[in-house]
Amino acid sequence: MPSDTILLLGVNHKTTPLAVREHLALGKGYAEPLHALHNIAGCKECYLLSTCNRVEILMIAREDEEMEERITELLFGTSVAPEHRQNYLYTYRNLEAVHHLFMVATSLDSMIVGEAQILGQLKEAYRHATEFKYTGPILNKLLHRSFSVAKRVRSETQIGASAVSISYAAVELAKKIFGTLEGKNVLLIGAGEMAELAAEHLVGQGVQTVVVVNRTLSRAMDLARRFNGSAASLEELFSQLEQADIVISSTGAPTIILHKQDMKPIMRARRNEPIFFIDIAVPRDLDPELNDLDNVYLYDIDDLQNVVEVNKSERDKEAIKARRIVDEEALQFQAWLDGLAVVPTIAALRKKADDICQGELERTLCRLHLSPEEQKIVEKMALSISSKLLHDPVTYLKEESCRDQNTIKVEMIRAAFGLREEP
Amino acid sequence: MDEMSHFLFYMVLGTSLLALIVYGVFFVSQREGLRHLARKAFLAAGVLQTLYILFRYLEAGYTPITSQHETIVFFAWSVTWAFLSFRWRYTVKNFGLFITAFVCILLFIAALAPSSINPLAPALQSLWLPVHAGIAVIAYGFLALAFCGGIMYLLQEYELKSKRFGYFFTRLPSLEALDQLNSHCLAIGFVLLTLGIITGSLWARQAWGTYWHWDPKETWSLITWFLYAAQIHQRFSAGWRGKRAAIMAIIGFASVLFTLWGVTFLLGGIHSYAQ
Repeated sequence: MPSDTILLLGVNHKTTPLAVREHLALGKGYAEPLHALHNIAGCKECYLLSTCNRVEILMIAREDEEMEERITELLFGTSVAPEHRQNYLYTYRNLEAVHHLFMVATSLDSMIVGEAQILGQLKEAYRHATEFKYTGPILNKLLHRSFSVAKRVRSETQIGASAVSISYAAVELAKKIFGTLEGKNVLLIGAGEMAELAAEHLVGQGVQTVVVVNRTLSRAMDLARRFNGSAASLEELFSQLEQADIVISSTGAPTIILHKQDMKPIMRARRNEPIFFIDIAVPRDLDPELNDLDNVYLYDIDDLQNVVEVNKSERDKEAIKARRIVDEEALQFQAWLDGLAVVPTIAALRKKADDICQGELERTLCRLHLSPEEQKIVEKMALSISSKLLHDPVTYLKEESCRDQNTIKVEMIRAAFGLREEP
Repeated sequence: MDEMSHFLFYMVLGTSLLALIVYGVFFVSQREGLRHLARKAFLAAGVLQTLYILFRYLEAGYTPITSQHETIVFFAWSVTWAFLSFRWRYTVKNFGLFITAFVCILLFIAALAPSSINPLAPALQSLWLPVHAGIAVIAYGFLALAFCGGIMYLLQEYELKSKRFGYFFTRLPSLEALDQLNSHCLAIGFVLLTLGIITGSLWARQAWGTYWHWDPKETWSLITWFLYAAQIHQRFSAGWRGKRAAIMAIIGFASVLFTLWGVTFLLGGIHSYAQ
């Protein structure tokens, strides 16, 4: 029996530079891309996740040779030449796809491990997919499971603590520099997941304005709206730096975007007003030597993590624990899926038995002239014979202990009982 | 009479030490209640210092800023009241510890200097004495505040820059608060310093015939004045703040101390009365 594939294709901040991600055809909005995905031949269920750090497609499909290519075509559009696509793209199937989805949901795949934003984004993406009824029994189950895995990881490990405490540490440091954060101006460079979290903490402290600078202005505007702030393009960065007090940088740029030499004249223009840089991008956005300038304080993500004294080995320990949970849950989901594979066979088996019973009963009851009560007794007898006969093969199919042999079992039962292939 | 004076001085020393110790315990334990206690002790020390100076004034019959002992006590008094007047306006976390430590050092030096009451030199028998010397030493009090703030700034800045958060990080105030303190203290201190030099010059005209003598003390006062003038000018014109301002406050204050003591003991000159 040819089964459906769980297919996951995507690009993220690790594989693909921001410059490429920003031009992905599927990177904008949900409605159009979802329709396009659903129209791909062979697609049964589909879902799309699009955040500033990743674009991922999850599809339940009857897969053929060109399936992957069609999705890739749709994902990249005209932005990337076909020969380069494989450098950026990752593709997972079945168990691996489930595993990857869980890694994403638990933020183990995030830029900042442990940040909580991604779960919300996942839920939003799922909501979009359900709106068009593009998810079916498998995706519904899978995504709900991913939410509960994320919850489980959050409650059973300390993985979220370090991400939260990083923003907390940033606020503490800012207070040691500025005294009060009231009336200070915050500048976000790049609209990353973690930048949003840190900015949220700062805004809670009475920060006056938030300006978002981003390569694509529309994203900057989206984020700025959340903080009642304003947006600016990346070209305006230097002039924005003259006004800002706290700068949070989280772009996916492959190289440093602000050098010490650039900052010197800006400090003069600022009349040496202190400025606090928080660089949470990996790789770094800001020249580490900025910290050597007077009244410039630069902290990158490792510095902040040192501040909160969550040492690295401890963080890694939590990540390992979380990973183990993900592994476990992925296998469990696989088991559920495998269980799903025997369901049609059991149904077919029962149907066949029912059909035989009905046919034989009709023939027999025509010849005998029985009262309605007697007819009922005979019917009951036939049904109980068939169900008692079926009991053992069904139990055998459902047996949990040897699920990995499900395909063999299904084939065997189908052959033995002469069940035809399903359409 | 003499014993009464001694008793008062040791009361001053005792209460100042008590304030230092309580501020020290507060610094270590960070228990809020202790700070109020320390402030009360320091306020008591300030009142006792005032009483001691008044007592000494009545005893000697002139403003007690002539001998080494008197000058240092007056210096301690001006630091104390400069701090208390600031403290009344706004709080700078744990600033009190540094100030009480400084005041206690001054008082110990004063305790070592002979506290005998000498007859006043004829040149000093003038109304200019309390005006000129008083204003100058009060200026030093505010400049001492800027100095202590500068040291705190450098400590805190070092921790923030090196990203190794030791003992001081949580205990010291924010850089911004320290920089503001520097700016305020310098503004007041500089105005008083200028007034001190002007009154001194007027007095010199009266006592020695010319406004300016190029006496070592005058010269060093002028050097100090230029150091602070340069710093204030740079702050307003080029935005010198933070670390540079802190270092300048420390250098300026070193010059103050040299003017006060170094000149007297090393360079001499006609202005060196307090031997």
